[in-house]
Amino acid sequence: MDKFTVKNLNLYYGSFQALKEIQINIPANEITALIGPSGCGKSTLLKTLNRMNDLVEGCKIDGTVLLDGKDIFGNMDVTDLRKRVGMVFQKPNPFPMSIYDNIAYGPRTHGTRSKATLDLIVEKSLRAAAIWEETKDRLKKSALGMSGGQQQRLCIARALAIEPEVLLMDEPTSALDPISTSKIEDLVSTLKKDYTIAMVTHNMQQAARVSDKTAFFLMGEMVEFDATDKIFSMPKDKRTEDYISGRFG
Amino acid sequence: MKKTSKKKYSFSSLILRILVYTAAFITLAVVVLLIGYIVIKGVPNLSPKLFEWEYNSQNVTLMPALINTLLITLLAMLIAAPIGIFSAIYLSEYAKKGNRLVEIIRLAAETLSGIPSIVYGLFGMIFFVITLGWGYSLLAGAFTLAIMILPLIMRTTEEALLSVPDFYREGSFGLGAGKLRTVFAIVLPSAIPGILSGIILAIGRIVGETAALIFTAGTLAKIPNSPLASARTLAVHMYSLSSEGLYLNETYATSLVLLILVVIINYTSEFLAKRMVKKRNG
Repeated sequence: MDKFTVKNLNLYYGSFQALKEIQINIPANEITALIGPSGCGKSTLLKTLNRMNDLVEGCKIDGTVLLDGKDIFGNMDVTDLRKRVGMVFQKPNPFPMSIYDNIAYGPRTHGTRSKATLDLIVEKSLRAAAIWEETKDRLKKSALGMSGGQQQRLCIARALAIEPEVLLMDEPTSALDPISTSKIEDLVSTLKKDYTIAMVTHNMQQAARVSDKTAFFLMGEMVEFDATDKIFSMPKDKRTEDYISGRFG
Repeated sequence: MKKTSKKKYSFSSLILRILVYTAAFITLAVVVLLIGYIVIKGVPNLSPKLFEWEYNSQNVTLMPALINTLLITLLAMLIAAPIGIFSAIYLSEYAKKGNRLVEIIRLAAETLSGIPSIVYGLFGMIFFVITLGWGYSLLAGAFTLAIMILPLIMRTTEEALLSVPDFYREGSFGLGAGKLRTVFAIVLPSAIPGILSGIILAIGRIVGETAALIFTAGTLAKIPNSPLASARTLAVHMYSLSSEGLYLNETYATSLVLLILVVIINYTSEFLAKRMVKKRNG
C-alpha cells in the first residue's frame, strides 16, 4: 500500500526549477531512501512531503501529492499534515530546554496538558527512540548537554511523540560519528514496523543497508526508483550505475 | 631582504601591541578615575538628611528624586518595552523579507535613535505638556522617554531574534506548531538575553536623561501624588543642585547614589535573565 503518491510534481525556487515531473509512490511501513548528488532535489522533495517548503520564499509547486489518497495541498490543514508526517533534520536541533520539555513540546502543541499523559508519552517516545536508558535520570536537564548522536535520537523521539504515520529524515546521520550512525540505522530499521520512513542520504552504503526501496535523483529529475537490491545490483539506467559505482557525485 | 622584512614585521607588531595596551589602559583608567572620583567626593558627603522624605533647601534630600527615577523608569519601560518587542517580532518573524514597510520602519527607527534628546524634550513639551494638557508631569516625562528609547529596544530585540538559529524554528514548525507558538515558546525565550541587554541600555538612558525631562516632567522635588504631577529624577536633581551652585557636596553624594542605582538595576536584570535561562534549560 502506498502512503504517499506523488504525481507530476514540479517545484520552482523563483525561476530555478528544482524538481521536474516527479512521480513516486512511497510505500507504507517500508524505508524509502532518496539518493543523489548535492543539489539534485532529494531534500526538496522530502520537504515537500510535509510542506516545509511553504516557509521558503519564492517557492512554487504544481502537481499532486497524495497522503493516503488525500491531496496535501488541498483542504488539508498544514498542522494536521505535519502532525501525521514528522521530520528529523540533518543537524540535530533539540530546543534549548530540558529533555522532557523537548519531547513534550509536540504533544503540548497539539493540546495535551495532563502531566500524567505527558509523562507516559515522554517515556514511550524515548524508549521507542532507544534513548530512555541514557536519559531517564536526567529528564529535567538541558538537552543541549547531550552528545550529537544522543541529540539526534532525542529529535527522533521528539518527532515520535506526536505519533506520526510517516517519518521524514533529511540526512539524519551526516553530522554524526560512525557509532552514533549505526545506532540510528538500527533504530530506523526497528521503526519501520510502525512507521513509513523516507530518508535522504548521501551515504550509499547506508541506503543499501537500511532501505527497502531506493530512488535516485539527478538535476531535479528522478532517474530511477526500484527495490534497493535491484538498484544496487542491476540498475536499469546508466546514470544510476555511474553514481552508485562512484564515478561521479 | 628577508631579514629586514621580518624585522619590520616585529616592529609594526610592537607598535600594535603598544597601541592595544594603551587603549585598554586608558579605558580602564577612565572608569577607575571616574568611579574613584565620585566615591571619594561622594562618600564623605552622604548623610541621613539626604534621605529624608520631604525636600527643603536645608536637607536637599534626594529621596523624592530617587523614587521619581524609579517611577519614570518603570512607566517608560511599561510603555516602550511591549511596543518595541512586538514591533521587533513583526519585523523579524512576520514581515516578508524585502517588504517596503519593513524598510520604512527600520529607517524610521534608525533616524529616531540619532535624534538628540533635547529634541524629544521639545516635542514632548509641545505635544504631551501643552497640546494634551498634561502639564509638567510624570506621565509626560515617561511618554517622552518611552518614545526616545523605543527604537533602541526595537533594534536590539530584532537583532536578538534574528540571531536565534533557523533550525529551532524549523524544528518547531516540523512538529506542527504554528507561527505564534513557535515565536512565543521557542524563539522569544532564546532571545531573552539579547532583549534584556537592550532593556538595560534603555534603562541606562532613562536614568541618565536630563534634557528631555526638564521640558516634560519638570523639576518639582516632591514625590508625585498623581501621574499628572511634576517630578524630578535623580539626574535632573543633580543638574539642578549643581547649577544652583550652593550644594556641590550634596551633588557628589547624589551622583554616588545614582551610580549605585544603575549598578543595582543592571545586576538585577542580568541575574534575572540568567535565572530565566537556567530554569528553562534545566
